[in-house]
Amino acid sequence: MAAWPEVLSAQQHAHTAAGSPTAHFETLDANTAGEIEAIAAQIIPSTGGPGAREAGVIYFIDRALLTFAADDRETYRTGMARLQQKRQELFPNSTTIASLTGEQQMTLIRTIEASDFFELLRTHTALGFLGNPSYGGNRGEAGWNQIGFENLMAYQPPFGYYDAQVNGEKE
Amino acid sequence: MSGVAFPTTDAVDFLVLGAGAAGGVVAKELATAGFRVVVLEQGPYLRETDYSHDEIKYTIQPGLTNDPKVQPITYRRSEADRAQPMKAIEYGRQVGGGSVHFTANYWRFHESDFHERSLFGEVNGADLADWPIAYADLEPYYTKAEYELGVSGLAGANPFEAPRSKPYPLPPMPVKSSGVLFDRATKKLGLHPFPAPVAILSEPYQGRAACVNCGFCESFGCEMRAKSSTLVSVIPLAEKTGRCEIRSDCYVRKIETDEAGRATGAIYFDRNQREIFQRAKAIFVCANGVETPKLLLMSKSKRFPEGLANSSGLVGKYLMWDNGGEAQGLFEHPLNEYKGIQVTRLIHDYYAADHKRGFYGGGGIDARFDFYPAGFALHGLPPDAPRWGSEYKRMFETYFNRTMSLLAHTTSLAQAKNTVSLDPEVKDAWGLPAVRITFDHHPDDVATMKWMMARQIEILEAAGALKTWSQSLDIVDSMPSRHLMGTCRMGNDPAISVVNAYSRTNDVPNLFLVDGSNFVTSARQQPTATIQALAYRAADYAVRAAKRGDLS
Repeated sequence: MAAWPEVLSAQQHAHTAAGSPTAHFETLDANTAGEIEAIAAQIIPSTGGPGAREAGVIYFIDRALLTFAADDRETYRTGMARLQQKRQELFPNSTTIASLTGEQQMTLIRTIEASDFFELLRTHTALGFLGNPSYGGNRGEAGWNQIGFENLMAYQPPFGYYDAQVNGEKE
Repeated sequence: MSGVAFPTTDAVDFLVLGAGAAGGVVAKELATAGFRVVVLEQGPYLRETDYSHDEIKYTIQPGLTNDPKVQPITYRRSEADRAQPMKAIEYGRQVGGGSVHFTANYWRFHESDFHERSLFGEVNGADLADWPIAYADLEPYYTKAEYELGVSGLAGANPFEAPRSKPYPLPPMPVKSSGVLFDRATKKLGLHPFPAPVAILSEPYQGRAACVNCGFCESFGCEMRAKSSTLVSVIPLAEKTGRCEIRSDCYVRKIETDEAGRATGAIYFDRNQREIFQRAKAIFVCANGVETPKLLLMSKSKRFPEGLANSSGLVGKYLMWDNGGEAQGLFEHPLNEYKGIQVTRLIHDYYAADHKRGFYGGGGIDARFDFYPAGFALHGLPPDAPRWGSEYKRMFETYFNRTMSLLAHTTSLAQAKNTVSLDPEVKDAWGLPAVRITFDHHPDDVATMKWMMARQIEILEAAGALKTWSQSLDIVDSMPSRHLMGTCRMGNDPAISVVNAYSRTNDVPNLFLVDGSNFVTSARQQPTATIQALAYRAADYAVRAAKRGDLS
């Protein structure tokens, strides 16, 4: 039997900690933010439901670079500079990554797939999509909804299909 | 917080360094026996209202663990290499220590674990040795720990378990889908699955609420106080005596000794970086298998030029690692494994070492899910899965609730070349030497992990997995080690041990060390129950010694 006052109090605490997302950028300029967002939206695209763009991953990255990932700013700076260089080599008539077609963006990403910068961006995109919304990403719990994570403070068995087969009637 | 505040200039009866799994137990035992106790803890004093289900804070950032930005650690594979900064080891760093953020698996050792050298024989390149104690010596203390802390499980369900004087105080936790699939598969293979013993409350116990199955155990603090950390179980009892003061954010840099070679107290930095000397009649170091030898090595003096309690030269030697590989399986229907505690079923069928395998070693295998959402997207998919793009997204979305893991917990042999030492160059934020880890696996440990991995895949296939895969067994990929064992070995012969059978140092009569550092062998991981049983036993001995005047 669960202790409901304790559950409610802990749940309330979790919601307070979630806070509200930011609407402006703290570390990135709008142009750079748009360029990074274009890559993040290829890492977790909007196919079959919200992706990095809809979940506000770019706001997560912006805040991460101000807080726990402040040491990664230089990696972003040099990584993006190199990526712009690649873009110009591959698509000389283009002006931004964001304005490339999806196919072109994927071609561009394939050139940096093995780099530390891409690994960092991939990590931050996943954290921004599926991490706690208090960090500015996972807006409206979009990422959690996509994977079927309910984010409740308490669950009752049966939890899944196979334990329900054994314990379905008991609970 | 503590009500009592002792002056630093008067010698308290006992100083306990580290308020974790062992230190919390020791403090409670000493204070309830009537002694005045000061506990110094490196980390903060947090409460359940300080925790949250924040994956980034507790798995990406060191929310409850040592922070390499302020306490760097260096790592090298062998003495010939130059150590590089790397978070090679991780420990809980707050009042309650690792018992706050551990997964709460609570295995007793088997009888054979104490005598493996005699049972198995010598292992080339390792220093496999018997413990100076037997299971029967620890049994009353295992039972005491299970009852004072609150442990759930089913006595007799594991046919390989050692005799117990009492059943578990609480029934097992509800089985998850991973446990049901594991039960079916292992029974089909002729194995013997049993409900996981865990330091988590399946029912209300001693004024604490039962677990609500939120699923955030491993790496997290429990908001419900249902995980039986020392923080919520024995430390409140210690404080209630009015004789135990817990000083958090206090980082000890040296244990002082007098001309007679007895410990007189400890010098520490308080939260304002002030240096303070606390006097004490006797000292317990319970700082963990890495911080304990580090402190002894930092406590050099004229009388103890190689570090305190180190006449054997073995302080810091025989570090053993948190071994075992992880395999995953994908299933047809939703498991929703993120709900509920991590582990509900396991086997000990492969626990005993067997000469027929051609190498030393063995382990347990548990069914679990220890991924949180972002971690799953980053590390949970098969190694051949795409790493970005629409197929990547489709896979982590569909796999998250249909995947379970089997984790092996395997042997790590004691080797003298695997050490904790002081880095000669790198310093921490207090100007103290960084911990330097020198570690490489024994070939038998690698063979054990590979052999067990084949068993894990067999079980997943017998469970009907649509697909199975495994993570790399490479030591660097599996870092950091969270089970810190073996660096101040227990023994009967002072020439080849640091502490005696009661965790008392051979060199300094009023200095005890009790935590994972005492371990002579690694058993099959899951060291917490044994660390706490040793702590109860050492405290019991110290209380009796102090009462007859043997410590002052």
